[in-house]
Amino acid sequence: MSVEPLLSLENLSAHYVSQKGSRVIRAVDDVTIRLNAGETLGIVGESGSGKSTLALTILRLLPPAGRIVGGRMMFEGEDLCDKSNDAMRRIRGKRIAMILQDPMASLNPLFSIGDQVGEPIRAHEGASRATAWKRAIGLLKSVRIPSPETRVTQYPHEMSGGMRQRIVGAIAISCEPRLLIADEPTTSLDLTIQAQYLNLLRELQRAHGLALIFITHNLGIVAKMCDHIAVMYAGRVVEQGPVRDIFSTPAHPYTKALLNSIPRMSDTRARLQAIDGQPPDLSSLPPGCSFAPRCSAAFARCHAQAPPEFKLDGGRTARCWLVEPAQRTKPELVRGKAA
Amino acid sequence: MSVTTHPIVTTGNRRTAFWRLEGFPLIPFLILVLILFVAIFADFLAPHDPQIGNLARRFRPPAWQQGGSMEYLLGTDHVGRDVLSRLIFGARVSIIVGSAAVLVAGTIGTLLGIVSAYLGGWVDQVIMRITDTWLALPALTFAIFLAAIVGPSELNIIVILGGVYWTRYARVIRGEVLSLKEREFVRLAIVAGCSKRMIMWRHILPNVINSAIVLATLMLGIVVVTEASLSFLGVGVPPPKPAWGLMLADGKKGMMVGYWWLTVFPGLCIMLMVLSANLLGDWLRVKLDPQLRQL
Repeated sequence: MSVEPLLSLENLSAHYVSQKGSRVIRAVDDVTIRLNAGETLGIVGESGSGKSTLALTILRLLPPAGRIVGGRMMFEGEDLCDKSNDAMRRIRGKRIAMILQDPMASLNPLFSIGDQVGEPIRAHEGASRATAWKRAIGLLKSVRIPSPETRVTQYPHEMSGGMRQRIVGAIAISCEPRLLIADEPTTSLDLTIQAQYLNLLRELQRAHGLALIFITHNLGIVAKMCDHIAVMYAGRVVEQGPVRDIFSTPAHPYTKALLNSIPRMSDTRARLQAIDGQPPDLSSLPPGCSFAPRCSAAFARCHAQAPPEFKLDGGRTARCWLVEPAQRTKPELVRGKAA
Repeated sequence: MSVTTHPIVTTGNRRTAFWRLEGFPLIPFLILVLILFVAIFADFLAPHDPQIGNLARRFRPPAWQQGGSMEYLLGTDHVGRDVLSRLIFGARVSIIVGSAAVLVAGTIGTLLGIVSAYLGGWVDQVIMRITDTWLALPALTFAIFLAAIVGPSELNIIVILGGVYWTRYARVIRGEVLSLKEREFVRLAIVAGCSKRMIMWRHILPNVINSAIVLATLMLGIVVVTEASLSFLGVGVPPPKPAWGLMLADGKKGMMVGYWWLTVFPGLCIMLMVLSANLLGDWLRVKLDPQLRQL
C-alpha cells in the first residue's frame, strides 16, 4: 500500500540570483523529500547548508533574490509552485504553519496575547474579535498556560520566556495546520526550557496529528524528536532515512563525521573529532561531490562527478559513490583513500 | 545580634514617576496649556469683540502707559479693535490651523512612509523621489505659491500646510518601518498568512505612532510660524479674522510712529508658542526614544 504523502518535494531547486544574474547561489539543489501526515522529519546541516532556505521555499517566502528554479512541491495533492500569491497566503498559517528561529522576539509588544493568538483565526476564518479571543483562551490552555483567562488580556512583556515560547506555539496551531515547520525554535533557549518546549511540540503534534519539519543543527534533538532525518550539505540532501537506521549505520561520510563530532558523556578521551575544512562556496561548487574536498574517503571519481541520489534499503537514500550498488560489493574501496 | 532593616526604595507608581522625570519642560508645557485654554474659552475671556472696532478709540496704548485705560489692557489698533481680544481669538486660529495642518501632514506622511518602506521596490522609489522633489522646494515659497492659487481661507491654509510638510513624516517613518519590518513579529505575521494591509495596519502602524507624535510636536512650531508668515504676507487667514500673523502685518506701519504694542504682543505670542512646542517636542523625543534616554 502506498499512502500519498502529505508533503512531497520532488527535485526541488531554489537559487539566489544576483541582480545582474552573474552569481547564482544554489541554496537548495535537487531536493527530494517525502513526509507523511503525523510524521516528524528532522533536517540537519551546518549553517548555510540551505535548511532555512528550504523552509522558506516551502512557504514560498523566499527573499526577492530567491527563485524556485525547478521541481515540484506537492502538498495535499496540490503543487505549491502553481499557487497564486493570494492562494499561498491562505495556506500559510492555516494549513502550513511555521515557528521562527527566535520565538522570544516573535510577539508584537503592543498587542495583548489574546489578539495575537487570535490573529491567524481572524485572518483566515474572518472570525470576529470576540470569537478569536475565545478560541485563544482554549489554545492557551492547550499549550498549558496557567489561568489563560487572565493571560489573554496581558502583554508579551508580562510573560516569562518559556511562556512566550508556548504562546508562539499556540499561534502556530491556532488554525489547526496539517504541517508545522519549526526552524531552530530552541536555539535561543536555555536547556531546561528547551526540553520542556520539545515535549510541548511533541504533545501538540500527537494531539493534532501534525506533520512536523524540524530544522536544527542539534543531532540530539533529532534523535529525541524525529522519525526521519535528512542531512543537508551545500544545498543538497546527502542522506536521508529513518533516524534509528541512520544513527546506527550512517552511509554518507558526512553523516558519519557529524555523528562523530558529538561529544559523549561516556567518552573520557578529550579530543572531539571536527570536520576539517570549510563548507564550500555555494556560488562556485566543486565539479564533483561538494563534500569531496573535506571527505576522508574520497577517491578520484568523487572529485570529477557528483553522485546522484542512490536508493538504499529501508527507504534510505544517500548521495555518495561509496553506496553505489556496483561499489558496495567492493569493500576495499569503501575504506580506500585513493584520490 | 540586632536586625537592621534597610529602607525599601520604592520607585512609586508609574504615573507619579512620569511627572517626576528630570528635565520635564514645565514652563513650556504650562504656556501651551494656557494657549489651549484661552483658545477654547476665547468667547468668555475676550473683553471685546475682536472684529468690530471703535474708530473713536484708535491707537490706544496699553493700560500702564500714559493715555491707556483698563478697558483696553493691551491697547487698540488702527481701527480701534482691542488688541487683547484679538490675541485671544488669534490663539484659537493658531491652535486650530496648527494642529489640523500637523494632523493632515502626519496622516499623509505616515501612510506614505509605511507603504513606501513596507512594499519597497518601485513603490518605494516613486514615493521617495516625490518626497525628494518636495523637499527640494523651499517650503514657505511653495506654500505662498499654492495659497495664491487656491485663495486665502483657513481650510485652504490647513490643506496647503499639510501638503507641504508631509515629507518629513514620510522620511522619518520610512526609516523606522525599514527596521521594523525585519523584526521577528512581522515575520511571524507573514508566516501566519496575514495580508500586507493587515500587517501594515496592525503591526507596523502602532509601532511608529511614538515617532509620529514626537514629530507632531516638533512640527507644530514650524507650522504655526508658517501660518503666521502666510497671514503676514496676506495669503493666509483672510483679514477680518484675528490671526497673529495678520496682526503683525496690520501693526508693522505703526512701529515707525511708536505704536509698538501692535507688533510686540502678537510677535511675543508666536514666539512663546513656537518655543514651547519645540522645547516640549525635544523632551518628548528623548523620552520616547529609548536610545536617547540614557538609561
